[in-house]
Amino acid sequence: MAATDTQTKGRVRAPLAPWLKGTATTLLSICVTMLGLLFVTFIIGRVMPIDPVLAIVGERASQSTYDAVFLELGLDKPLLVQFGYYIWDVLHGDFGDSLLNARPVSEDIARVFPATMELATLGVLVGIFLGVPLGVIAAVRRGSWIDQIARVVALVGYSMPIFWLGLMGLLVFYGILGWVGGPGRLDIFYEDIVPARTGMILIDAALARDWDVFRNAFSHIVLPASLLGYYSLAYISRMTRSFMLEQLSSEYVTTARVKGLSERQVIWGHAFKNIRVQLITVIALSYANLLEGSVLTEIIFSWPGIGSYITTALLSADMNAVLGGTVVVGLIFICLNIFSDLLYRVFDPRSK
Amino acid sequence: MTVFTKMLSGAAMGLALAVTSGAAFAETPPNMLVIANRIDDITTLDPAESFEFAGSDVSRNIYQKLVNFDPANLDGGYQPEVAESWTVSDDGKTITFTIRDGLTFHSGNPVTAEDVEFSLQRAVILNKTPSFILTQFGFTADNAADTIKADGNTVTIVTDQPYATSFVLNCLTATIGGIVDKKTVMANEVDGDMGNEWLKTNSAGSGAYKLSSWKPNESVTLTSNPDFYLGAPAMKRVIVRHVQESASQRLLLERGDIDIARDLNPEDVKGAMAADDIRIHDEMRGRLMYISMNQKHPELSKPEVRQAIKHLIDYEGMQNSFLNGQYVIHQNFLPKTFLGAVDENPFDLNVAKAKELLAAAGVDGLELEVGVRESQDRIEIAQSMQNTFAQAGIKLNITVGTAKQVLGRYRARELDVYLGAWGPDYPDPHTNAGTFAYNPDNSDAANATGLLAWRNSWDTGGLTDVVGKTVIENDRAVRAKLYGEIQATFRDTSPFAVMFQKIEQAGVRDNVQNLNLGGATTAVSYWPVTK
Repeated sequence: MAATDTQTKGRVRAPLAPWLKGTATTLLSICVTMLGLLFVTFIIGRVMPIDPVLAIVGERASQSTYDAVFLELGLDKPLLVQFGYYIWDVLHGDFGDSLLNARPVSEDIARVFPATMELATLGVLVGIFLGVPLGVIAAVRRGSWIDQIARVVALVGYSMPIFWLGLMGLLVFYGILGWVGGPGRLDIFYEDIVPARTGMILIDAALARDWDVFRNAFSHIVLPASLLGYYSLAYISRMTRSFMLEQLSSEYVTTARVKGLSERQVIWGHAFKNIRVQLITVIALSYANLLEGSVLTEIIFSWPGIGSYITTALLSADMNAVLGGTVVVGLIFICLNIFSDLLYRVFDPRSK
Repeated sequence: MTVFTKMLSGAAMGLALAVTSGAAFAETPPNMLVIANRIDDITTLDPAESFEFAGSDVSRNIYQKLVNFDPANLDGGYQPEVAESWTVSDDGKTITFTIRDGLTFHSGNPVTAEDVEFSLQRAVILNKTPSFILTQFGFTADNAADTIKADGNTVTIVTDQPYATSFVLNCLTATIGGIVDKKTVMANEVDGDMGNEWLKTNSAGSGAYKLSSWKPNESVTLTSNPDFYLGAPAMKRVIVRHVQESASQRLLLERGDIDIARDLNPEDVKGAMAADDIRIHDEMRGRLMYISMNQKHPELSKPEVRQAIKHLIDYEGMQNSFLNGQYVIHQNFLPKTFLGAVDENPFDLNVAKAKELLAAAGVDGLELEVGVRESQDRIEIAQSMQNTFAQAGIKLNITVGTAKQVLGRYRARELDVYLGAWGPDYPDPHTNAGTFAYNPDNSDAANATGLLAWRNSWDTGGLTDVVGKTVIENDRAVRAKLYGEIQATFRDTSPFAVMFQKIEQAGVRDNVQNLNLGGATTAVSYWPVTK
């Protein structure tokens, strides 16, 4: 029995140790990545040619006012000391207050990030649901008119400046046709009607069962989301086509066809199955890029998202806001990486 | 967005809008005013600290002041508001204000002399950026309790010199003169901050509107005060939305989703003019565009060279091309409509005369660096100057940069030439006279970075004394005359070439009436607006 007990314990411990080790390694790498990210951002923020003191006190402040704020911000201390103080605060959950609007950075981010998340999620869904089939069909019908169309769609998506396309979209669909809402997340009359539970208006309106607000919010988001979706579509469809072409020229596909499997089974049951892992990477990257915030889209559509928040903060030398935003963007990438890893395991047993 | 992308997007939008027609499909409610504006400069809404354009617009509608401007009669100067009347002592140093009865804050608390005393003392003690507007009268954190005192329904302020009463009262119309509700503010005090943190994002005033919400870079919402002493405003809600792009503002305006668009570029102004139900509302603002020449530069310190450069600027060409409608030629440091403003613009582009002056100064092959902050109109002005300066053999190198790069060097007296804009801090001529033509100590050690004359190492000669005397001249007509004389000397001798004064062009829907943006002296007033 003793021997059996030992064996049982051994069996229990054996899978636990690698799991713990793996988790610890992941956590450690997250910490190191975040620390490195913050350090680089912090240093760049300090050496970039914008003066946070002038940004606060204004051009015409006296030297004494300037000096007082300089000391108040702790800018007289060595860079490493300043960074140490910052990290200490962050570890205590305090990202500090925005230098410019005096509000906690965490509150600002909680306000702007859901707006970006809502937009990016819809955008990437458009990209996935249109881009993947388009890429597959383009690969299967290589050289056909569908492939040519897919190429043109992708080429336009890659090369057309987003601000131009955004303005044209606004002009045509909002200004002339009146099919969609204008810049902003809602018409003025619908603002602050539904309680902000998630900060994503579509979800908040659905939770509140206020379908008027939902429709209005949808009319505002549909154009910028389609625009972002189009750019995702261009990337996803090209990559899907490329992955599929590689698979379709493989011997196992020829074998499957020789065995008499239907074309549908060959394409979706065999070839497509094998590109899912690569596609996950492409989609995750695409989604992460959108979640960082598309600054130009946010500016044109007056969308108060994290992209324009970080950009405005950067140009105003509001380093607390920049660093807070950087943490969020860093976390997005890390979370999507972890999520992608999990999906790899689902779709590719070898990675287990 | 970079300048390039802005220009490209503007051009694209302009072209597209030019060949289409944007009919209005919607309309805002009759008791709601919706404005598109750039409001990302708002950093605080505490009147003791607020010092930005968009913040002044909000503050003017929330806070009353002892004296204030009537939007229906801006030329009439300051008028009684919280102060019903005032008297000035014989020595000219003490002003006693009698507080109007029956005023109430949004909280329901009555507006008292104690609130006035608290508000002014608080602004001095907090010592935020705009505090110099009050401390220039000799108020300090130490003496505020003695120099600003309430007694019954009167408040007395005692200045260190017998300043012109108009100067003191003009300063009290600035944002920092806003009267706050002492009880409400002190109930929100944290660590002895006199409610500063709370008031940054909340309001405690007695004006026509109260603050409902401020979402940074997103919107400001004001709700009308039904107990406003001039009557409840017709617009029950005023919403100012942050819309950065001119083209987006124009689309919103033409669709009827907003009533006023305040940041239209010249192309969109032109386009909006052609649209139905929209008019362009022009108002002269106080902002000046100028260049200045560092007097540490051996060649720029020669009077002939300064004169030559003033003749190498294509004022008319710029006014009639890329600045069309947005700026008007103005070569004096007092904006039009200010007390003492003059309308003499003696300089024009005259390359031959400039060459003569340069030859007389013995200058040949001059190379200069001009510092410009990243802004489309300023860069275009610099490029125009680069072209016209070259015609007289002056090579102008343009350095475009951020505030730290350009402003930092300007404040450190390192730039040859600076191209910038200046707006008055308060609606009194001393605001500009005291910086353009006043420099009591020109030494590096003085470090008077707030004075434009010092930044350019310019010893103003006798002008500093004259400016000092003019600010204590109590006869309004004499004071105006003196400012005229100061500006005449300034035009001829100073290293400044003031070029243009700003015109704000707002796109307004036809049903919006009685709009006043504040002219050169104050900020926008929402309470008289009707639809």
